[in-house]
Amino acid sequence: MTGVLSFIGRNTLDFLRYLLGLYDLGAKASYWTFVAPFKGRQVKWRSAIHQMVVAGVDSIPIVALISLFIGIVLGLQGAYQLAKFGATYFVTALVGVSMTRELGPLLTAIIIAGRSGSAFAAELGTMKVSEEIDALEAMGLNSIRFLVVPKYLAMLVMMPCLTVLSDVSGIVGGAIFEMSQLDKTFTMCLTATRDALAMHDITTGLIKSIVFGLIITTIGCNEGFSVKGGAEGVGKATTSSVVVSIFLIILADVVFTAIFYFTG
Amino acid sequence: MENDFDGPMIRVEDLVTHYGERRILNHVNLDFPKGETMVILGGSGTGKSTLLRHIMRLENPSSGRILIKNEDICPMSEERFNQFRRKIGMLFQSAALFNSMTIEENVALPLRELTQLEDSTIRIMTRIKLDLVGLSGFENYMPAQLSGGMKKRAGLARALAMDPEILLFDEPSAGLDPITAAGIDSLILKLKAAFRMTIIVVTHELPSAFLIADRMTVMDRGEVIATGTPEEIRTSKQPRVVQFMNRVPEGDEQDAQEYLRSLTQN
Repeated sequence: MTGVLSFIGRNTLDFLRYLLGLYDLGAKASYWTFVAPFKGRQVKWRSAIHQMVVAGVDSIPIVALISLFIGIVLGLQGAYQLAKFGATYFVTALVGVSMTRELGPLLTAIIIAGRSGSAFAAELGTMKVSEEIDALEAMGLNSIRFLVVPKYLAMLVMMPCLTVLSDVSGIVGGAIFEMSQLDKTFTMCLTATRDALAMHDITTGLIKSIVFGLIITTIGCNEGFSVKGGAEGVGKATTSSVVVSIFLIILADVVFTAIFYFTG
Repeated sequence: MENDFDGPMIRVEDLVTHYGERRILNHVNLDFPKGETMVILGGSGTGKSTLLRHIMRLENPSSGRILIKNEDICPMSEERFNQFRRKIGMLFQSAALFNSMTIEENVALPLRELTQLEDSTIRIMTRIKLDLVGLSGFENYMPAQLSGGMKKRAGLARALAMDPEILLFDEPSAGLDPITAAGIDSLILKLKAAFRMTIIVVTHELPSAFLIADRMTVMDRGEVIATGTPEEIRTSKQPRVVQFMNRVPEGDEQDAQEYLRSLTQN
């Protein structure tokens, strides 16, 4: 009995400690992003832009391609159901709304968690193992300011951009299906999408994408900093950064979707 | 940092530290006089690198004080301690060069970030430091393209970038062939002669220790067991020191009964 209790207690404590670690990282990063620049400690824009290229621009092909395919699939699946009611006209609306409200931000977040979140964990983990982070601190240079803040900035800028790209690619994917099977023209598809979408469909998606970006960066960096041991530790951190961020992304997705649903 | 102070450059007072439950340093008291080279000797896992990391405040002690120029660094704010860190250079065991930067960028980094110097001045200073460690011509190499010894020397150039008053070496000859290791030793001697820095070297290489030390400290299981001039250490009668100096392997101290008990327990 005491064994079970101590097991639960220990794991609860570990979990709380983990949350505290995430909070600590986020708080420090916010300080170095928003407060420190007013004290004359500028943000490292050069390395933020470098991160934007690596995490954002380089992800364009994969995000566009996957979203295009998902758009086609949504069109196919939607038409299969809607045909029963003779309502295939609404496939366009279905694709548009699903992509902007839900699948655009979610797909982008999952791709970026796998691509950039893991890269953050691997980069910081390797630096930890090879004493590079100690070396930075030993010089009096703050590792959060140097290594984490540029990543946050890059993600805050690039996640909404990639999400818009994903939305558009998905809608185009849906249109490709409709043009080939439902005898619509591309202009008809675009007009139908525009009629179906409200501005808040897009904005709620973009709000989600920013939250997802924060999750991916926080988890990736935290896993990287907590690496212990050698190469094996880096591998573990990389894996768990992906698993944990995808879990938290979907959890946050549930929460935010519910909020948007109940608040209209 | 104020320049007029009495007493040693660094004083460690009653330092105790734990990793989890395990005690790593056990009431360590040590003085590091200004301008002297102190070599800390000891086997692996005796806490000598941990001591060095505490002086750099990369770890926090469980109790005790570390005074640099008479000021306790442990309760100091990050901001204030960073002023101290500028005057301390550290060469890490693995050299810890930033792998995404060239050698020149590595050495220039502290100057770029911590000073307001012109780019051209930084370039000249970087060249001087690299020349000092015998790496001129390697400015544009990446760390991965250098040998172990060259990495160490580049790491040293970076540690010297801010003209430190205190220089810390963590196992400078670890993983190097004897000739390269001797090269690092002579570099340390050259720096000693040229700059009058307070140098702390953590090592287990006896020949190199006796070559560079002004004073020596022997550590064992988290405790300082002897400290003095190289001559005093060489002639010390302390059994553990003698064992270390004569490279006698660890004996089987357990008696038979103790061994049996440890097997049957649990």
